[in-house]
Amino acid sequence: MKIVVASGKGGTGKSTVSANLGSCLSANREVILADCDVEEPNLHIFFSEASDASDRTCGQDVTVPVPSFDPERCNLCGKCANFCRYGAITVLKDRVILFEKLCHSCGGCRIICPNDAVTEVPRAVGRVIEDDINSNLKLITGVLNEGEAVGIPVIKKVKATAEDAELVILDSAPGSACPAIETIEGADYCILVTESTPFGLHDMALVAEVVRQAGIPAGVVINRSDDRDEETEAFCHEHNLPIIMKIPFSKKIAAVQNRGDLFSSVMPEWQNRFIELFNLISSTVKKERVI
Amino acid sequence: MKICITAKGNTLDAQVEERFGRAPYFIFADEDGSLIEEVANANTNATGGVGPKSVQVIIDHDASTLITGQMGGNAQTALESAGIAVYQYRDSGSVSDAIALFKEDKLKRIL
Repeated sequence: MKIVVASGKGGTGKSTVSANLGSCLSANREVILADCDVEEPNLHIFFSEASDASDRTCGQDVTVPVPSFDPERCNLCGKCANFCRYGAITVLKDRVILFEKLCHSCGGCRIICPNDAVTEVPRAVGRVIEDDINSNLKLITGVLNEGEAVGIPVIKKVKATAEDAELVILDSAPGSACPAIETIEGADYCILVTESTPFGLHDMALVAEVVRQAGIPAGVVINRSDDRDEETEAFCHEHNLPIIMKIPFSKKIAAVQNRGDLFSSVMPEWQNRFIELFNLISSTVKKERVI
Repeated sequence: MKICITAKGNTLDAQVEERFGRAPYFIFADEDGSLIEEVANANTNATGGVGPKSVQVIIDHDASTLITGQMGGNAQTALESAGIAVYQYRDSGSVSDAIALFKEDKLKRIL
């Protein structure tokens, strides 16, 4: 089963929910936590056993194909530059230059070249790091290299690495654009994490629509709830989104978070609540599969 | 010498366009200010990569000098690689005005 944790707004607590849920479930089953927020992966902060994602020597490179031009074969005809709608190729009077960050790896230049002068070579855009946190819990972290604009290849690699696992919790990037959509695609359930603010609700509504269109069952976690969540509750009611958990606005939880610890470990009463949350999700997914 | 000037219109009287990649027209002229050719920019509404694409137009038309307002990093790299001299004009005058200032050596060379 693949459970994706999304939010719309950043900073609502996606990683908090993912890390605590993953940790609690790993007490009696194998779980993979997949950090798909590749521009700013932070799940590793909760686990002292994890590698430092900012260390560029960690993990396996994720590459995309980019063209390489053979000066022996190229006659500077310019067909590749004319074909490239992304402006990644400029044909000078004596050579071809490539703007590799503009390249979308479509391969069109290789196909259109009449002189077989174009080959594709791998270019590293990010990394995937695998860490065994404990015997049941594995963390897979996707990291997009600094300066790169497109994280989708890294997210795809993280998903592929976790593909065969029984249970995967995917921590999405905020927003409702390509990175979030790539993470959500193929999931069995989506946890939407929001907070008790109009911003949280506004942005969650956007990603809730994405999830609805993807046909994925979803439920809402209200984090930092001040118990005055009428607007969020009204929205959820109107859109048939069950509220599956409320995490209170609590100084104690904030203090645990700030240390980089899991509040479900420090406050063990939460372990059952996360397991119940999972049981609820499981039964929803099973019902959906029967339908 | 063939000079390219970015412009809002397709004549020598048109106002110089400050943006390079998304300029509506590229006016090609000689240093005496005579029009050689005007080219409508097909990339004004493209989503990205307009800098290198516009440099390709300059290269394909064999201009050795460009007069424009400002450009992005990719366009700079492409222009530098192509050995095209770039002069900056950021006033509201016409293409002819800019060429006249260039001839008097009053434009700042930025590349």
